[in-house]
Amino acid sequence: MKKILALLKDYKKETILGPLFKLLEASFELFVPLVIAAIIDTGVSDGDIAYILKMCLVLVVLALIGFVCAITAQYFAAKAAVGVAAKLRHALFEHIEKLSYTELDTVGTSTLITRMTSDVNQVQNGVNLVLRLFLRSPFIVFGAMVMAFTVDVKAALVFVVTIPLLSIVVFVVMYATIPLYKKVQAALDRVLAITRENLTGVRVIRAFNKEEHEIKQFNESNDKLTNMQVFVGKITALTSPLTFIIINVATIVLVWTGAIQVNDGVISQGEVVALVNYMSQILVELVKLANLIVSITKSIASGNRIQAVLNIESSMKDVAIDTDVEIGAQKESASSVKQTNITGLPEDDVIVAFEHVHFTYAKSKEEALTDIHFTAKKGEMIGVIGGTGSGKTSIVNLISRFYDATRGSVSINGVDVKDYPLESLREKISIVPQKAVLFKGTIRENICWGKEGATDEEIQRALEIAQATEFVKEKGLDFVVEQGGRNLSGGQRQRLTIARALVKNPDILILDDSASALDYATDAKLRKAISEMSDDMTVFVVSQRAASIMHADQIIVLDDGEVSAIGKHNDLLDNCEIYREIYESQFRGSVL
Amino acid sequence: MKKEKQTQTIFKILKYIKRYWGFLGISILLSAVTVVCSLYLPLLTGDALDLIIEKGQVDFTGVFDILKKMGVMVVLTAFAQWIMNVCNNKITYNVIRDVRKEAFAKLERLPLKYLDAHAHGEVVSRLITDVDQFADGLLMGFTQFFSGILTIFGTLFFMFAISGRITIAVVVLTPLSLVVASFIAKKTFSMFKLQSETRGEQTSFIEEMVGNQKVVQAFSREDETLKKFDEINDRLEKCSLKAIFFSSITNPSTRFVNSLVYATVAVIGAFLAISGGISIGNLSALLAYANQYTKPFNEISGVVTELQNALACARRVFELMEEEPEIPDAIDAVVLEQTDGQVDLENVAFSYVPEQRLMEGLNLKVKPGQRIAIVGPTGCGKTTLINLLMRFYDVKEGSIKVNDIDIRNMTRKSLRNNYGMVLQETWLRSGTIRDNIVMGKPDATDEEVIAAAKASHAHSFIKRLPEGYDTIVAEDGGNLSQGQKQLLCITRVMLCLPPMLILDEATSSIDTRTEVKIQEAFARMMKGRTSFIVAHRLSTIREADVILVMKDGNIIEQGSHNELLLQNGFYAKLYNSQFALV
Repeated sequence: MKKILALLKDYKKETILGPLFKLLEASFELFVPLVIAAIIDTGVSDGDIAYILKMCLVLVVLALIGFVCAITAQYFAAKAAVGVAAKLRHALFEHIEKLSYTELDTVGTSTLITRMTSDVNQVQNGVNLVLRLFLRSPFIVFGAMVMAFTVDVKAALVFVVTIPLLSIVVFVVMYATIPLYKKVQAALDRVLAITRENLTGVRVIRAFNKEEHEIKQFNESNDKLTNMQVFVGKITALTSPLTFIIINVATIVLVWTGAIQVNDGVISQGEVVALVNYMSQILVELVKLANLIVSITKSIASGNRIQAVLNIESSMKDVAIDTDVEIGAQKESASSVKQTNITGLPEDDVIVAFEHVHFTYAKSKEEALTDIHFTAKKGEMIGVIGGTGSGKTSIVNLISRFYDATRGSVSINGVDVKDYPLESLREKISIVPQKAVLFKGTIRENICWGKEGATDEEIQRALEIAQATEFVKEKGLDFVVEQGGRNLSGGQRQRLTIARALVKNPDILILDDSASALDYATDAKLRKAISEMSDDMTVFVVSQRAASIMHADQIIVLDDGEVSAIGKHNDLLDNCEIYREIYESQFRGSVL
Repeated sequence: MKKEKQTQTIFKILKYIKRYWGFLGISILLSAVTVVCSLYLPLLTGDALDLIIEKGQVDFTGVFDILKKMGVMVVLTAFAQWIMNVCNNKITYNVIRDVRKEAFAKLERLPLKYLDAHAHGEVVSRLITDVDQFADGLLMGFTQFFSGILTIFGTLFFMFAISGRITIAVVVLTPLSLVVASFIAKKTFSMFKLQSETRGEQTSFIEEMVGNQKVVQAFSREDETLKKFDEINDRLEKCSLKAIFFSSITNPSTRFVNSLVYATVAVIGAFLAISGGISIGNLSALLAYANQYTKPFNEISGVVTELQNALACARRVFELMEEEPEIPDAIDAVVLEQTDGQVDLENVAFSYVPEQRLMEGLNLKVKPGQRIAIVGPTGCGKTTLINLLMRFYDVKEGSIKVNDIDIRNMTRKSLRNNYGMVLQETWLRSGTIRDNIVMGKPDATDEEVIAAAKASHAHSFIKRLPEGYDTIVAEDGGNLSQGQKQLLCITRVMLCLPPMLILDEATSSIDTRTEVKIQEAFARMMKGRTSFIVAHRLSTIREADVILVMKDGNIIEQGSHNELLLQNGFYAKLYNSQFALV
């Protein structure tokens, strides 16, 4: 909750003024019973009509001031609540963008989405209500008590006993329900997850005729949610009857005490009326408070869930653009290396180096990569091949520093990737991921992800190399891609993701099995175009197809996370059994 | 028009509530009890006050009797209130459950056309956030609406019993409060709708960006996406502020009107007391009533704004539920028994959007047990053909027949049961590995599952997972590689072995060594089964009985490998380009 409360600081004015005006309004309300007592004791008993009219005018004025105060308070409260919610969503979004792949792998997307939407809404309601009512209610309660003391000390003692009792009830209910609301939200998460799953997997579900089964599963989770909600509801439902009893018993005692005091001539009849009025004011406030508590407990539970996301720390430490001297010096060396690159270093300049790299995914016991050691030179094409789960993708993910190596080091231009600011590191590298993801927007906008403000010529060139000119020409650069690229075929999507990576002319290009949806002919043309594109670009090609990598300058053959062999096609055919097996399995196909 | 829609929404909600009329009856009855009892209390208090006049003039026995009565009332009211709250809770959450349940069931019946065309985030937001907000509104409505209305009438009744004149004054002033409340409610409805829509837009954006966060980071687009997010966020902030502020004016406004009522009662009451028309106790009771009488107006106006929001949300949910569902199976639809796999496409025409023609006059005859390979450049319509075969979409013209029966005349279920499908895009549901495998055959034994997994060569990696077949697959299969996911999808089909197969690049993410082994299993599986194979592997294509060469949505060449090579057309070109590589 701390960080959420910290956000309220930006709305200092609103958070102070909102409740303040609310309190002003409440104070004027507290005078009402006194005015009534005056009407009864002075006006009615003396038959003073002018006095009564004057007092009623006072009532109207009090109401008017209260009205103005209330509207002002509402405005400030709404502004602060909505503002905090917007800031929270911003903070969450920004924070999620800072999480590394390791955290994203473990947290799960749908819970992040509920937290950004439904939980933030709950907090917004909570803040709004707190600012509007939470201070007002205790203020009226205590104010009524203080006013009671001005009337009669002995009778006021009834208030002294009643109020702590009420507080206990309120807090016990709150204490009992907060953890339960957390469970409710978790159940809601589950319902959300099933819904999402059914949207993404609709084809498979229908192909297997699993609709009924899915409905059953959904209903189970949905019922669980409902039962939870009803259970929590039962507990919170106790609050208002309990407060009702306490207040009314207090009223009874108050009337009795009043009767004794009047009999002894300590107070007047009108003053007893005022005391009873104060008690009923407390009741009105408490009923509001009881309803409020439900909302507030919900928002506290939601607030904690949001806090939990904000508390996830990225396991990856980024180098700030200006850090201490030591890293600054290293950075300098990095840029100086780059500069000498431009001025022309010998051809065998090493650009990527893996030094005895070991890597284990979070929550996994086994190493995904074991002792990977190789260097890639500028302008080389490196093929990475190996069985499913042999660690091909893990290797390229380490180059872009999506994950940190557990042991050993990965360096680019002689500088450890950990010593680059992430942004400038990824600036050098373009990646075409396995899954062809496009975003809602025009084709142009999607390509410009690779390079902000790319010119049409640059885009056309990238499209040409990616073999996408033909269909893009048909649709136009301003063709709007729907969310997830649903209105494009798999192959079209993939070619656009390739163009997106090429448009910035990267130092290092990584194709992570990114031609899987392309037919052989297109794949071949693509590779040819890429190799002709630039002499300085280092290209990593991860593939299942031997044909895709056989012309590479170096082929890394992986087997179960370890390097089985590194070499050129012909050497590997002679020396590496795994490579030979892969190659033959594919080319035997065409001979058969 | 707008109002009509709102009334419609309310009627729809009432239909759901009707199912719980028992609870509803109890709730209404108890709220009546609560209201009457709690209204009787001020009257009793007033009576007691009249017995406390001044020094030495206090009737203690009288006061004690009244207080005793009050005690009983209090306990009774509190108990009734509790049961009522519990009932209300039950009704609300059950109604919500029913709405969600039906909305989800609807989701399973919606045509793919709808689902393909709508952002998932938006659909999710309707089913989750909107329903949630609807629940909040409904609960508030229940707890406060009835008791509010009953309190108003009850109070008027009790007031009338004390003094007719004051009551009339109150009744005259009442409409003022209602006018204010309804004026504001009307104004805010459109604001709430805008808020709801903007929220949907944002959810959809979050879904897209958070869901593909890895790509966002790979391209260092964090700042840009954050900027775009902020733009939507700012808009949401502005329209939320408007909606919330303007709706929250209702409460102070009605309260102000109520204060006027209170003052009026005080004036008239005081005059009446002077003239001896009523006692001091009566005046005190009247003032208490005036206070209580105004309270439900505040509450109802609060409820009204909340209900506005709830109605706007409910409408979005109902909109989803009223979407045109898939055309249901005809009443006389045939159940397709085990087919031998004869498939005929006659003059099939299809397009996703009317103005963009895609497939026209497509003819194809598939004999039982034939292997059909579909080749062609990307985007040539391979996936569309599969969409039509599985009847995810209906043909626009012509017909597709299985065993000489138009597939539109058979149940979808039986048609799809006869197909085994492995798609390039793998999908796993959250659950155990085993759950995922047995999708097509829920009653499969462990032996059958393992045998299928061995056939698809998935057994060896499953075995190595921490919990073996009971390992939980994370959301979106996050803890498995793309290839492993594909192996599981293949295992699924291996287990149930339907008479016809559709393999859409089924092995694209699997390494070739494993692929070769799977191909063997596939070959065994395909024996005697009609199979449609979208593939890139030459061996698979060459072994096919018929090769369909597709381009721009249509079949341009059709025949066996040798026939097509002789034709020296598109296929031959494709084939040669591939060999040129080697």
